[in-house]
Amino acid sequence: MANPSSIYDEMNGADGSVRGHYAGYKKWLAETPPERIAQKRAEADLVFHRVGITFAVYGEEEGKERLIPFDVVPRIIPAQEWKQLAAGLRQRVKALNMFLHDVYHDHEIIKAGKVPAEQILSNSQYRPEMQGVDVPGGIYAHIAGVDVVRAGAGEFYVLEDNLRVPSGVSYMLEDRRMMMRLFPELFSRYRVAPVEHYPDMLLANLRAVAPIGVTDPTVAVLTPGAYNSAYFEHAFLAQQMGVELVEGQDLFVRDEQLFMRTTQGPRRVDVIYRRIDDDFLDPLAFRPDSMLGVPGLLQVYRAGRVTLANAIGTGVADDKSIYPYVPDMIRFYLGEEPLLNNVPTFMCRKKEDLAYVLAHLDELVVKETHGAGGYGMLIGPRASKDEIERFRQLIIESPERYIAQPTLALSACPTFVDAGIAPRHIDLRPFVLSGKDINMVPGGLTRVALREGSLVVNSSQGGGTKDTWVLEV
Amino acid sequence: MLSRTADHLFWMSRYIERAENIARMLDVNYRMSMVPQADGGVDAGWGATLSITGLEDAFRVKHPAATMDAVLEFMVFDGTNPSSILSCLRMARENAHAVRGTITSEMWETTNDTWLKMRDYPHWKLAGSEIGEFFEWVKFRSHLSRGVTLGTMLRDEAFHFIRLGTFLERADATARFIDVKYHMLVDGAAPPDEAADYYQWSALLRSVSAFEVYRKVYRDLITPVKVAELLILNDQMPRSLRTSMGEVHENLLAVSNYRSTETERRAGELEANLRFGRIEDVFARGLHEYLTQFIVRANDLGNRISDDFLVPMSSS
Repeated sequence: MANPSSIYDEMNGADGSVRGHYAGYKKWLAETPPERIAQKRAEADLVFHRVGITFAVYGEEEGKERLIPFDVVPRIIPAQEWKQLAAGLRQRVKALNMFLHDVYHDHEIIKAGKVPAEQILSNSQYRPEMQGVDVPGGIYAHIAGVDVVRAGAGEFYVLEDNLRVPSGVSYMLEDRRMMMRLFPELFSRYRVAPVEHYPDMLLANLRAVAPIGVTDPTVAVLTPGAYNSAYFEHAFLAQQMGVELVEGQDLFVRDEQLFMRTTQGPRRVDVIYRRIDDDFLDPLAFRPDSMLGVPGLLQVYRAGRVTLANAIGTGVADDKSIYPYVPDMIRFYLGEEPLLNNVPTFMCRKKEDLAYVLAHLDELVVKETHGAGGYGMLIGPRASKDEIERFRQLIIESPERYIAQPTLALSACPTFVDAGIAPRHIDLRPFVLSGKDINMVPGGLTRVALREGSLVVNSSQGGGTKDTWVLEV
Repeated sequence: MLSRTADHLFWMSRYIERAENIARMLDVNYRMSMVPQADGGVDAGWGATLSITGLEDAFRVKHPAATMDAVLEFMVFDGTNPSSILSCLRMARENAHAVRGTITSEMWETTNDTWLKMRDYPHWKLAGSEIGEFFEWVKFRSHLSRGVTLGTMLRDEAFHFIRLGTFLERADATARFIDVKYHMLVDGAAPPDEAADYYQWSALLRSVSAFEVYRKVYRDLITPVKVAELLILNDQMPRSLRTSMGEVHENLLAVSNYRSTETERRAGELEANLRFGRIEDVFARGLHEYLTQFIVRANDLGNRISDDFLVPMSSS
């Protein structure tokens, strides 16, 4: 574990002086009576509860909803830094989409010896059903939620690419709305790049990838239903885009077309922004017990009569066992050097890496290759002896299921906690949209680990969120 | 609009209206229980509230006698009783939750807030003098919900399905109120007691906010026939069968689709009967029989609306 003094603080320099882009905020904070901030924080809680921006946590009492804690100290990113980040994200997502096209077509990257064939073709996220299928514009990951962390000044690492059904964008939008409601005066002091147009951008992006020949496409958001943990977001995005929010039971396939049941009879659907995992999309093709999907959907999709965003089979590119190859993908497809860092990764399926990992479990972060949401991971420096031994056994039993990475010294941002304001670790999830072009709104969702010293920012593990400000000057 | 969405909207407003009507019924009964009555009169009143909702059997399984406390607990807080106020407000909220992208944020916040307050409402308050306050609260949350609908919703299909739910439910509730009160008063075995009757009739009027309305319309003593006329046939009385069916018919025409012709005809026929009906004929035929018929026909409309719009069975 990095020692606390070496942790990069987003607001304050190592010598205690405030960083330039935070100076105005810190001054405002000093001038503002603590009671006023306390009152605003209470107001935020109240509003979020009334509006119902909550999420369900698996494993807790059924149907119970919890508020994701919202912190009123913004995470501020200077214009220049964002420019670099954005260029890196564009580059990375472009290469990942080219990789997916290659995986489901000619396997050039395998032939070139850059990625071992079995890593792709034996991956449980690889979908043989997609082999040879052409998707509009060759875009697979229309919406990517790339998790980025900062280790030092100008030093950004990508932790995960999240190319399946990344969530959290509604919190980005609601956090901004809340900050503007609570502290309008801050927005006259700072020129903060707007993010409110994200739903428009998303809709334009989805319409741009409609099946060929469809001029005025009907778009719908497909949700697993009201009990899904991200249901709020599904409903929010459908409403903001002005499209239908559908469940599997609202859709049916007839004559190789997808329709939704409406009060005026069946209506054709051309683009589905699906928030359901591949496995549940079509009970005839994937999990037969799925009640969430649409029988026959895959057939319509393969025939090019409907676009799914994201495409089926994107998991093969954001899997943790593929992650270490992303820098090589960028070099291979784009002929460029990667602009963003990858975290050095030990692949336990490799003998020499496995030996190193087992000998250094107390220093490393161990992750399941298919895991997500902060479940099933070991943070060596914070783990008990028992936990380490438990993981040792798990890794020895099936080494191919695990990777390990050095513990990064994630940057920290001042955050309201019980005892006042204290630094807490943060990450950033920008949402990268790929259609005709690659677009994103400045910033993204900043997640913060509220427990002291914790590195896990996932909302399911007690993480909170912050408004993210990209400055225009 | 998605059929499922229309279904949620329809039931959201139906459940809110149902909660309001149950509150009205319990409130009036509570007030009546303070009026001196013959032995057993009070409990008979609480028993009647159960028969309006058709829940006597479910009630008897849990409670030996229809005392005020038992009926209130059962009809207000019992989550296992699908018609309790708690259950209705929960179902309203769940339906709203499923379509929160379709309704305005004000509507969602109103429905959600109502549910959160209901869920946390302290039971002890019902035992004390604050019971009337609680019923007022339920009624006003329902008023607020309708006000938010009228004040914020686009006049599109969503709006019409919400209104359909409200008025179909209201028509059913008003018909049941009248039926049960008349049954107790006119067909009941109890000897006519002029003073008590006055309170019973005025209670029926109050249960649908029509006491002052009656005075305004008739400027006369309260008589059973005029009460029935006001609540069944009057086109200005907002909770009458006539007004409710007028709204049902109008909103149905607004969402008309390629398979709803017969449903529209039946709604129109039912409305026409009320529009051109005379109270003398209603009594000549028998009020109870008339109301029973009405409830059956309103129920049939509900089923047909469901088949035509909300849960179409075939995919064609």
